[in-house]
Amino acid sequence: MILIQNLNKSFGKLRVLQDLNLDIHNGKVTAILGPNGAGKTTLIKCLLGLVKPDSGSLKVNETSINGNAEYRHQIGYMPQIARYPDNLTVQEIIEMVKDIRGNPDETDEELYHAFGLESELLKKFKTLSGGNRQKVSAVLAFLFRPSVVFLDEPTAGLDPVSSSCLKDKIKREKDGGKTIILTSHIMSEIQELADKIVYIMDGDIQFEMTTSELLEATGEATLERAIARKMKGIAA
Amino acid sequence: MNTLKLIKYQLRDVLRSKWVFLYFLFFLVATDALFRFGGDGERVILSMMNIILLIIPLVSIMLGTMYLYNAREYIELMLSQPVKRSQLFIALFAALVLPMSTAVLLGVGLPFVWQGAIFTHAGSVLFLIFMGISLTVIFSSIAFFIALMTEDRIRGLGLSIVLWLFFAVVYDGLILLFIYFYSHYPLQQPVLILSMLNPLDLGRIALLIRFDASALMGFTGAVFQNFFGSTRGLLIVFAVMLTWMATPLLLGFRRFVMRDF
Amino acid sequence: MRTPSTLNKTKRMFRILLLGLLLLLGLFSFSFAADTLHVRDSLQSAINNAPPGSILYLESGIYEQETIYVRTPGITLTGRKDAVLDGGSERAILIIKADNVTVKNLTFRNTGISFRHDFAAIEVRNAKHFEIRKNTLEKNFFGIYLSEADSGLVVENSIKTTGTREANTGNGIHLWNSNYVNIEDNYIRGHRDGIYLEFAVHAHISNNISEHNLRYGLHYMFSDKSVYKENIFRYNGAGVAVMYTQNVTMRDNIFENNWGPAAYGILLKDIDNSVISNNIFRNNTIGLYSEGSNGVDIHNNLFQQNGWGVKLFANSTRNVFTKNSFIENTFDVATNSRQHNNTFKSNYWSKYTGYDLDGDGIGDVPHRPVRLYSLVVQQNPVSLILHRSLFIDILDIAERVIPALTPETLVDSTPLIKDPLK
Repeated sequence: MILIQNLNKSFGKLRVLQDLNLDIHNGKVTAILGPNGAGKTTLIKCLLGLVKPDSGSLKVNETSINGNAEYRHQIGYMPQIARYPDNLTVQEIIEMVKDIRGNPDETDEELYHAFGLESELLKKFKTLSGGNRQKVSAVLAFLFRPSVVFLDEPTAGLDPVSSSCLKDKIKREKDGGKTIILTSHIMSEIQELADKIVYIMDGDIQFEMTTSELLEATGEATLERAIARKMKGIAA
Repeated sequence: MNTLKLIKYQLRDVLRSKWVFLYFLFFLVATDALFRFGGDGERVILSMMNIILLIIPLVSIMLGTMYLYNAREYIELMLSQPVKRSQLFIALFAALVLPMSTAVLLGVGLPFVWQGAIFTHAGSVLFLIFMGISLTVIFSSIAFFIALMTEDRIRGLGLSIVLWLFFAVVYDGLILLFIYFYSHYPLQQPVLILSMLNPLDLGRIALLIRFDASALMGFTGAVFQNFFGSTRGLLIVFAVMLTWMATPLLLGFRRFVMRDF
Repeated sequence: MRTPSTLNKTKRMFRILLLGLLLLLGLFSFSFAADTLHVRDSLQSAINNAPPGSILYLESGIYEQETIYVRTPGITLTGRKDAVLDGGSERAILIIKADNVTVKNLTFRNTGISFRHDFAAIEVRNAKHFEIRKNTLEKNFFGIYLSEADSGLVVENSIKTTGTREANTGNGIHLWNSNYVNIEDNYIRGHRDGIYLEFAVHAHISNNISEHNLRYGLHYMFSDKSVYKENIFRYNGAGVAVMYTQNVTMRDNIFENNWGPAAYGILLKDIDNSVISNNIFRNNTIGLYSEGSNGVDIHNNLFQQNGWGVKLFANSTRNVFTKNSFIENTFDVATNSRQHNNTFKSNYWSKYTGYDLDGDGIGDVPHRPVRLYSLVVQQNPVSLILHRSLFIDILDIAERVIPALTPETLVDSTPLIKDPLK
């Protein structure tokens, strides 16, 4: 459950987020879409605490995020490009994050086994392929059973098998009541996974509707077409 | 606790990278070679003093800047974990400065041990290493400050080199200019103060007073010696060094806590 | 203070009687035979009564009395080492005014200190062929003072005091207007000048150690044709200064650890046509300082770890530096002018950066020993604070490539590749 109210953020003169309001509910996959430079990344970074908003309030599961770090126990994050310390092995990286999270007992190792990461365990991070790096990143995002998961272009660089593993995982977690926030350039993936589309442009939300509503309202069969039509309508 | 954990893993990463080892090896080989080319303890200290004054600030400021730029994605990842920014900052700094200081300590110290010169020169060697480590901390903290203030890597690295050049070369040129400009006035006090404002000069002079007595010629030399040789002078040196370590670090820290990633 | 025991008074009386008898005998026989007279008390009357050629042997004890004069030629004063002549901190101790006098194996201490009189432990005044040997001098104003005393020996004496101010400390060995004096194997410490010579021609000074003196270890002027060899001058307040003299030879001496605002291994002022060779100048503020000195041949010396190896003023001309080793001096050579009429050739310079392609042991590139920085320091001593700065190194390199300010003629065009002294 995420609650965003009157969020503002400027970088210098550039207003990236303008008075943005958004509720994201549990048990749903929410896709945040929009053109490049629209403010998607900034919004996610605000929620992660990486970017400090100029004004407005952000709540994750009723906790206000105001420079505190504890709420991030409830968050899993898979960045677009993950870079862990080059000279640590996969095992050490997992160990490190576990250590920082206070070594919880009940970890979710489903993805880890599904990806077959056992064979990569002793390799140093810098020797991993892009795909394997993404797998490590995805495993870590779900490992601690967070109630909120941010996935930034999660399937980019993954092979089809791993990609579908991850998608299955996302669906299962959603069904388990998790809040999942997703960005992607692959519309078919969004269409497959997302319950709700939040479209951001110029720092504000242009529209916010469920995937089925959007398809219905535009009468298009694919999400890509539907968004294009919808945006044309707004522009007109 | 988190800070220590972060330091642990970050240290493991840094210690496995080649550059720390090369840095250590450089001091080791240089010191040992100076012994082998017929230097006694005193002469080795004097030569190492030159090397330390040249290499440590340059390497610390360059490596420190690059290190922080390279850690950019790692910082983002760690900050999305339940980690406080202050903890991560301390860990990053410690994991850079500890290995580099250890490299200086062992690289310079070990040859003195196995050449047997440590017993006769313990105080001098420790003072030399202490200065080396102080310069490491100072220039690493300047590096952190630069990397946190400058978004663009190339510009940040450029700034590091320029700043090093300023402290190592330009500043002394300005002092000389100042000396020529006001040569009719008593200059010992002002020049003393001016040179204490530059950490590299301060380190150089503090070492000079101890190791290169032959440079302290004439009346002026005696005045400098009296100042730096006294307990009060030494305390002032330490205080200024400490200020130079703390100021950029605190500014960097504030920036690290406040800024967007 | 210990005095000879009164219990022996009778015995002493008897001895004096005996002594008088012997004296008379001597007079009668007109013999100058070296009779040994044992002295216990009243030294002056014993000396007065001793015939020429007598040996006076001082028994143990402290002889504190008025200043003792020796006016009889050929007298030898000697005694047990614990025969002490004490000046009671108020007078001179022994003044010799006769020829052929020997003073040996005695201890002298506590002369007076005066601003009007040069009180000395042993003074030789207007006499020849003296010999001062193996004496111990402690806490005296002047140690051995020779005025118009020629052809004598000052050998193996130990002359120590603990002076703190130049004004109340005299010289260890002081020569004035005294020729053909040999000063050998003495140890001098704590005086104003260790060895001082003024108008002392044909002096021969060797194997002495002169250290921790307040001003100069050795100080001479107007003392031509003298030889100084194998002496050690170290830890003296201002080192060694020699002036207004020609035709001296100084070789195999060690000048070291003379450290201070104005301290010199050796300061040459108006020294002409002399030779300075095979000496060691080490750890001095200035190794060799030359002002107005001409035609000095300076060869095979070692200049090591001095602030300035050689500081050569332009009013010094025709000096020749050959086969010296300049090792790790802050400044090997410094000068005050671009114009020069001195020669540097075939020296070894530890700072030499050239090469020797033809392998003949001589560097193929001339060496310019004067750093630009030394000129800078000359003009503004406060710029010393930039020593070992990278900026200064760059400045020096630039000057070496295109000399613009350093003396053009001060060049060693045949620098040695190997240290000739090693």
